[in-house]
Amino acid sequence: METVDIIIVGAGPAGLSAAINAVVRGKTVRVFSNKESLLAKAERVDNHLGFYNITGKELMDKFREHAKNMGVKIEEGKVVNILPLGSSFMVNINGEIAGAKKVILAMGVSKVKELPGESKLLGKGVSYCATCDGMLYRGKKALVWDQSQDAWEEANYLSDIGVNVTFVSKKAKPEKLKDNIIYVNDALTEILGGDSVESVKTGREEIQTDAVFILRDGLAPAALIEGLKMDGNFISVDRNMETSIPGVYAVGDITGRPLQLSKAVSEGLIAAQHAALQIDKIKES
Amino acid sequence: MSEKIINIKSTQEFDELIKNKRYVLVDFWANWCAPCRMVAPVIDEIAEKYSEKVTVAKVDIDEQQELAIRYSIQSIPTVIFFKEGRVASKEVGVKPMSSFANMIDSNIA
Repeated sequence: METVDIIIVGAGPAGLSAAINAVVRGKTVRVFSNKESLLAKAERVDNHLGFYNITGKELMDKFREHAKNMGVKIEEGKVVNILPLGSSFMVNINGEIAGAKKVILAMGVSKVKELPGESKLLGKGVSYCATCDGMLYRGKKALVWDQSQDAWEEANYLSDIGVNVTFVSKKAKPEKLKDNIIYVNDALTEILGGDSVESVKTGREEIQTDAVFILRDGLAPAALIEGLKMDGNFISVDRNMETSIPGVYAVGDITGRPLQLSKAVSEGLIAAQHAALQIDKIKES
Repeated sequence: MSEKIINIKSTQEFDELIKNKRYVLVDFWANWCAPCRMVAPVIDEIAEKYSEKVTVAKVDIDEQQELAIRYSIQSIPTVIFFKEGRVASKEVGVKPMSSFANMIDSNIA
């Protein structure tokens, strides 16, 4: 297991600001991201000091360039679990386990809308990670609910290991989806079952299945790490951007309003400096 | 893996264990399961910390499919605490040390 000083989840303005500030303080970082920052969609930004009349995409490109020049590499990957272990953390990035002394969450606002039956049947047939639970359903039926760009890859993985896969998507059939996967162009509306998943409802029909893999771009923060204190949809933080779990920080839109670029950048700096200081203290003692 | 952990090799061995030991904590896992690798060191710590009161065992669900079916394991890691041979408590997924400590503390006299 590779261990670094700080793992940063998300590579938008908050995450990259945290990354460069950690590097400035001599800390090793790994940055994981699996989606484009919302900033890239802004048509025009006029309220970030020093940049007048610029598009969100141009700014995001500059931020990435800046980070790259300081040796920050952005790795493609979805973080599925974070586990505190003594004074450090283990992070599961789609099946790869990485270690860190501190974790900074910067994955943006979560627009996760839970399906009826989803949380009740989580771990009883409902799963968020094909590479984690897929093997349990070899020779059985699993349904993949497409909610992210790379959901088809996980569907193909399930098919490869011998799961009978049905791929439900509101979008057109992905070109690279394997031929033996059943493609249903519909939306999932409910998951049904008692002690385990029995079927799902879509707009048009009810489909029998043993498992439902819900593959979203991001997980609800509370599903990432046990015991994280929330304030509505946002993560509660203190003045140092530290969450209810010591050593885990949250920065950017995920901590609450205003959902603005300058605020995200500032929070990234605060968290990275505090985290770096704590790491130095441990080294000295 | 902690030396205090028993690696279950058969259904019979498992049945005798939960019959003969009052408190048994069982980690259902498999070697392809990344979240199981995260929980493993936590289970090691539990085994050391509670070695006088609780027996800790591991069941590889690929090798012991009968046990996986009996306890309807649908996601791993699943950790079950047995009290006098019966399921007293169950935790599914990646959990911190405190969750497993709680499931033990709330069930032992």
